[in-house]
Amino acid sequence: MGHQRRLRIKTLVVVCAMVICATVGDLLLKRGMMQIGAVQLTAAGLAHTFRMTLESGTIWLAIFFLIGFMLSNMTVLSWADYSYVMPASAIGYAVVVFMGMAVLGETVSPWRWLGVALICAGVLLVGHTNPRTTEAAR
Amino acid sequence: MIRAALMLGVLIFAGSAGEIAVTHGMKRVGEPARLRPWALLQFLGRALRNGWFWTGVPLMALSFYALLVLLSWEPISFVIPASASSYAVGTLGAKYFLGEEVNGKRWLGVLLVCAGVAIVAAG
Repeated sequence: MGHQRRLRIKTLVVVCAMVICATVGDLLLKRGMMQIGAVQLTAAGLAHTFRMTLESGTIWLAIFFLIGFMLSNMTVLSWADYSYVMPASAIGYAVVVFMGMAVLGETVSPWRWLGVALICAGVLLVGHTNPRTTEAAR
Repeated sequence: MIRAALMLGVLIFAGSAGEIAVTHGMKRVGEPARLRPWALLQFLGRALRNGWFWTGVPLMALSFYALLVLLSWEPISFVIPASASSYAVGTLGAKYFLGEEVNGKRWLGVLLVCAGVAIVAAG
């Protein structure tokens, strides 16, 4: 397998890990905060919320996935261009729309489908460029 | 309106500057030898000792704070589409500060992503 092909596959695998970790982390965070309920903006309310978040398994699972996102983001940026990784990871917006429709049964407007199509086209175009155009900094 | 525009500027520029600083730091750290847990832990250890990483983190925190403030002032249907321009700002930063080669195909892709994210968030 050629060096370029290996680089492209490695980059896409880590970008996919980034997108999955960010999407699952955000969904779990949302679910965890819904279980805790609306935050009261008083000292007692904030202290109560803080205690509840520490005791919530869902929030800890969300934090685990968000740490996975941060680590995969740092890892991929150690070899790939920022101008490649950043737009490629925007596919997460499309994944959220698909998941909303498939898992939650949400209705997606034609306008939003147009946005998803533009994101997918943009990610495809960026995906066809060289993931790394600079040498490692010294 | 002016304060919202200023805060949007903080959100976009601090976020992009932070990401660019972290990217520069990670390039200096070098890629992990293998994508295995031990090699990734060693990579993380090196990354946490890099000054550029610690330059980027506060800038990203400032950007996140600006996002929270902006969300308390303006509807999300304005904030997220408006902040989609950070893809273009980040690409400019990558070109001029990191020396990345951004050809026409990549620019077109970035602009399509900007438009798509703005439409999805507004829709």
